[in-house]
Amino acid sequence: MTSIRVSTVFGALLRRDLRVARRELPYFLLRTIMQPLLFIIVFGSLLPKMGFVRSGYTTALLPGILALSLTLAAVQSVTLPMVQDFGWTKEIEDRLLAPIPTPYIAAEKIVVGVIQGVIAALVVLPASWLIMGSIPGFTLVHFGAVLAVTVLGATTFSALGLLIGSTISPQQIGLMFSVFIAPMIFFGCTYYPWRGLDVVPVAKYGVLIDPLVYVSEGMRGALTPEVPHMPLAVVLLAMSILVVVFWTLAVRAFLKRAVG
Amino acid sequence: MTPAIRTQGLRKVYPPPSGRPGRNGRGPAAAAAQAAPIVALHGLDLEVAEGEFFGLLGPNGAGKTTTIGILTTRIIATAGQAIVAGADVLLEAVAVRQRIGVVPQRPNPDRSLDVFENLLYHAAYFGIGTQAATARALALLERLGIADKARAKVDELSGGQQQRLMIARALIHDPRVIFLDEPTVGLDPQARLAFWEILRELHGQGRTIIMTTHYMEEADQLCDRIAIVDGGRLLALDTPEVLKARAPGGTLIELVLDSDATPALERARAVLGVTGVEARGVVVRAFSDRGGEVIPALITAAEQSGRTLKNINFSAPSLETLFISLTGRKLD
Repeated sequence: MTSIRVSTVFGALLRRDLRVARRELPYFLLRTIMQPLLFIIVFGSLLPKMGFVRSGYTTALLPGILALSLTLAAVQSVTLPMVQDFGWTKEIEDRLLAPIPTPYIAAEKIVVGVIQGVIAALVVLPASWLIMGSIPGFTLVHFGAVLAVTVLGATTFSALGLLIGSTISPQQIGLMFSVFIAPMIFFGCTYYPWRGLDVVPVAKYGVLIDPLVYVSEGMRGALTPEVPHMPLAVVLLAMSILVVVFWTLAVRAFLKRAVG
Repeated sequence: MTPAIRTQGLRKVYPPPSGRPGRNGRGPAAAAAQAAPIVALHGLDLEVAEGEFFGLLGPNGAGKTTTIGILTTRIIATAGQAIVAGADVLLEAVAVRQRIGVVPQRPNPDRSLDVFENLLYHAAYFGIGTQAATARALALLERLGIADKARAKVDELSGGQQQRLMIARALIHDPRVIFLDEPTVGLDPQARLAFWEILRELHGQGRTIIMTTHYMEEADQLCDRIAIVDGGRLLALDTPEVLKARAPGGTLIELVLDSDATPALERARAVLGVTGVEARGVVVRAFSDRGGEVIPALITAAEQSGRTLKNINFSAPSLETLFISLTGRKLD
């Protein structure tokens, strides 16, 4: 009996997840677009018109919104199915019996999350552009940097999603969003630039444990370089480290859950 | 001929359950009981021949599912070795997976896919191209009598139909060894009989089948050989005929009394035709080599001991009586 190539099985697993994702595309888009849409309407359009925030605020806001959308999409697209699979339905069993080393099955899940994160970014960027109108200082010149931040950010958060999904029980999903995801969003430099925290040094260095900070700041550096931001080199280094750490922890957690 | 499955000293110890305080009793004794590791398998040695229909019979918690889990690479043994279809389950897990098909205890189809897609994607995981997979899937659905459900959502299938889908899935990559873990639990009697026919057909094709069950009749009807396991240990292993012949003393008669059965023991033992007795709680178990003839005398013996008869159970010599004599308890 000839053995099957890893890439063949990996490709089949990926096709399965993309098939399911394609079927759920309308829900995915709705989920992805809703929060940034509301933020853009309120913070990017209404508040500046009311005069509560300066009109330049949209420049600070856009990269954060983009970072938030792509990371949330990546986390959710992995966490929710994993929690269900491990917690209730055990549906993943048939994939765990596929002739491929189990760490590849975990890796495939992360890749699916990355793809969904990138798609979220592709959807949200033009959408917010359309709604906010002209954004002072916005540029796509550093497209390579945008791409690198997008892929690294999606990978970090997809791996984090797998880690969470392989660790928590279904009953803890609600808790995870209020205790873990919500603070991460608010301290993730999504609605304000990191350098703005210069006035509160404790917060400035405290938020560095939040992985979202690097995605937001990376987007800021790439898309609106004139807003004060963390150096891109630091961002990319930090994100590379986070990818390795979360990937390792996530695969370990997955194996622990998948193999008795 | 090399065996389809060989295990040597297979042992599995689960870490102590992380007990939640206040749930399973309190105090140091309860804590100590909770903290003890659970030994699911105590060094199991098995050998299953190529083409054999092999049964693992035992009550819940006997270690059956753990054994299947190890043999299907889903659980890692604490010690010992297992070879399945020529490959080591630990060192060559991928090769083992390629050669086995698994029907799980509870149907776990991919609910995001329809019936046909379930088979198509599973085949793809095993490197089977779409064209070949389509042909195989249609043939399997036809043979298992659910061809009209090909485009149905999995949730629209009955329990029996889902179980057939699980068989189809386990077969689509043409495995050499098929594992079935309590495949007929939750099926109505008619669906169970239909399922047996399917299993007989598979066996007729020369496939090796390993099935766990806690239905004696199922094991008796289907299996070439049966291993009786309990508490993670192999208690007996032979053909159903030999095992039944080993059933001690033939017929088992159980007298359920109104209180502690011990005082009735000696009088019951003295009844002519009774080959063995034991008392467990309010139950006297007597094995008879004269079938039901001994019942009146047993009732008299119980009543003379100051006990009132509440109920009486009667079992012809069977795997069940053997099992009770081996383990001291019933199967379910």
